[in-house]
Amino acid sequence: MAARVAVRKTHKLYIGGAFVRSESGRTFELSLHEQVFQVARATRKDVRDAVRAARTAWPSWRDRTAYNRGQIIYRLAEIIESRRDQFVETLRITGSPSGAAEKEVSAAIDRIVWYAGWCDKIEQLLSTKNPVGVHHFNVSSPEATGVVGVVAPTESGLIGLVSALIPVVCAGNCAVVIASERESLSAVAFAEAIATADVPAGVVNILTGYRSETVPTLASHMDVNALDLWIADEEQDAAAAQLACNNVKRVRRHGEPPQRFWFTDAAQGPGWIEAFMEIKTVWHPAGV
Amino acid sequence: MPVRPVAKRRGKPAQSGRALGNGKRLKVEDTARLAVTQPPRTTWPYSPAPEARDYIKLAPRYELFVGGKWLKPKSGRHFTSINPATEEVLTHVADASSADVDSAVRAARAAYEKYWRRCPGSERAKYLYRIARAITERSRELAVLESLDTGKPIRESRDFDIPLAAAHFFYYAGWADKLKWAFPNASPTPLGVAGQIIPWNFPLLMAAWKIAPALACGNTVVLKPAETTPLSALWLAEIIEQADLPPGVVNIITGGPQTGSALVRQPQVDKIAFTGSTEVGKEIARECARLRRRVTLELGGKAANIIFDDAPIDQAIEGVINGIFFNQGHVCCAGSRLLVQESVLDLVVRKLFRRMQTLRVGQPLDKNTDVGAINSKAQLEKISALADTGEAAGCTRYETKCMLPARGFWFRPTFFTGVSLSHRIAQEEIFGPVLSVITFRTPDEAVEKANNTRYGLSAGVWTDKGSKNFKIVSQLRAGVVWANTYNKFDPSSPFGGYKESGFGREGGVHGLLPYLER
Repeated sequence: MAARVAVRKTHKLYIGGAFVRSESGRTFELSLHEQVFQVARATRKDVRDAVRAARTAWPSWRDRTAYNRGQIIYRLAEIIESRRDQFVETLRITGSPSGAAEKEVSAAIDRIVWYAGWCDKIEQLLSTKNPVGVHHFNVSSPEATGVVGVVAPTESGLIGLVSALIPVVCAGNCAVVIASERESLSAVAFAEAIATADVPAGVVNILTGYRSETVPTLASHMDVNALDLWIADEEQDAAAAQLACNNVKRVRRHGEPPQRFWFTDAAQGPGWIEAFMEIKTVWHPAGV
Repeated sequence: MPVRPVAKRRGKPAQSGRALGNGKRLKVEDTARLAVTQPPRTTWPYSPAPEARDYIKLAPRYELFVGGKWLKPKSGRHFTSINPATEEVLTHVADASSADVDSAVRAARAAYEKYWRRCPGSERAKYLYRIARAITERSRELAVLESLDTGKPIRESRDFDIPLAAAHFFYYAGWADKLKWAFPNASPTPLGVAGQIIPWNFPLLMAAWKIAPALACGNTVVLKPAETTPLSALWLAEIIEQADLPPGVVNIITGGPQTGSALVRQPQVDKIAFTGSTEVGKEIARECARLRRRVTLELGGKAANIIFDDAPIDQAIEGVINGIFFNQGHVCCAGSRLLVQESVLDLVVRKLFRRMQTLRVGQPLDKNTDVGAINSKAQLEKISALADTGEAAGCTRYETKCMLPARGFWFRPTFFTGVSLSHRIAQEEIFGPVLSVITFRTPDEAVEKANNTRYGLSAGVWTDKGSKNFKIVSQLRAGVVWANTYNKFDPSSPFGGYKESGFGREGGVHGLLPYLER
């Protein structure tokens, strides 16, 4: 009897809660040890569609209670834990030894849980009631920045993507992620986890493709408020940072850290959330 | 009372109007007519009440304050500083070239390595307290100087700019030896040399906002005041000199845009802090991105001041007047778009027009003056040109009928009705005493219109309903929101923008962050 033929997956973009092919119909070829994959190749138009999906989703994501956002992010950890074999296998296909892949998936799940708990605490940590010298009630507290572009680390499949993205959505932002070309399969698997974890459509959008084609569009987009750049190529990084000035985006530039960085304490912290929040100060007179 | 038709300026035919106080409710069209026909009845002649300026002794020229010394500029050039209310030349001020910028940054670097980074926080604090005290001691002199140089009313420089500048130093002085308690689980360290560029609207106050937190955090600074208003920063340099700060901890260099851009590019600067226009801010951001240099920006604004029909209207009118005519409207957070719920539009426009007529426009040193001179000829031209686009677009123009002095730069307090969001006067920052009145029907529409701008610095909300106030405040995309008040400032209260109004905060514990590595 012949061996069963496996059903192969189409690797698509994730925009506005739907898995779609690139509007151009194009793919790029990702050649790994055992197999050649065709992965969706996002265009500038796909980037713009993703930004629109993120902007549309934003008011409702921002206005959810922080407790609810925390539950949804925790749910994401549950989903990834239940699919850990899939994530380990995906990392193995892209070249991680299986021990390293196991460790990476565990660290990613733990990091998501860690940030889930921050959702309803960060505001208290950063808020102040200000002792102003006139008779006014005056408070400052953080709010989400809006739509954040995340250009994911290139060398790390899951832990880099998770470490960059989760604090952004934890803050109440919506994100457009440009995945690592080499690690596209993990990014697509992660998108599938997002899609089943009750993360509302549009809150996280994930684009695969050639970064040289998509990053400039994201960096110059006038409806993107901030950028988190993990770009090894200095020229591409510098170009993105220049384009970001068109509408005064908040920009963090990290370059590309070594894989071991992601397993240290420095790879997480409330500052990662704070970087994509704005402090709003409100005054009201106090009197009768 | 007989009504005397007065030919309307800008060439429209004269119309007859209706006297006030006849018991009839005024409609907007009536008010529009009143705007051109009715001399205000609520004002009466004031006698001049000028603040004395005879004890301000201006030297014929001023040099650069670098490394604790007053140095002639290597450029060999000086430029004039004039009084915008009279166009008289006040003095000449050094024009720093890029070589002068280099010297100042080197002095700041040396002072950082030699003194300041080793100076315990408790000692830094005492230097800052000295500065705060000295500003208060010389407050009268500084107020007159500030009004002479900027054209702002003495009432504002005396009661707002100078006391707040002193308070800012006093507030941040206290932080200098408490930084380790400011942020959880962090050990803050200074950045090094901060290059700081400030605008001409609140010269001394902006210098205080920049210098005080930078020094408290252990940085040294090179500050460049604006070209048209350099004097109070030079007085501050003298205060700092007399406070015996180690030489080079604060360096003050005067000059124009070339000087500013040399400072931004100087290789030994660790951080740039800029307050000014969004256009210049973007250029600075690009340069800093190229150099991988830290930067914080406090840029322009086009704030919405929203009046709901359940607002305390008389208080709201005072807030609107203060919001747009404070400091001749040369305020980045000015409430330059008035969003009025349609049901109270007639009432608001009528009251606003009457209140505006009572503003006294005139000599900045007169203690009765509400609105002073426009800061410069260039700014006056910009304001006039933008206001003219409002008229050209078909908006109705209302302005005060007061007499304006023959010399100097003046612009009548003005507002426009019939403004829609696409008009330039609804989108572009005018930075002058010009208000655009826009209407809305529902709270959602108010929020939508308020946020329909590339800026996000500030906003105002007027309603007596608490729950509505909280909801609207939370939906506005602005860094500072004044609810049932406007244009309030305090050293302990963080200030700064969303979106294209910049990033970073000044004031409060959040105001330490731009000058620290955690």
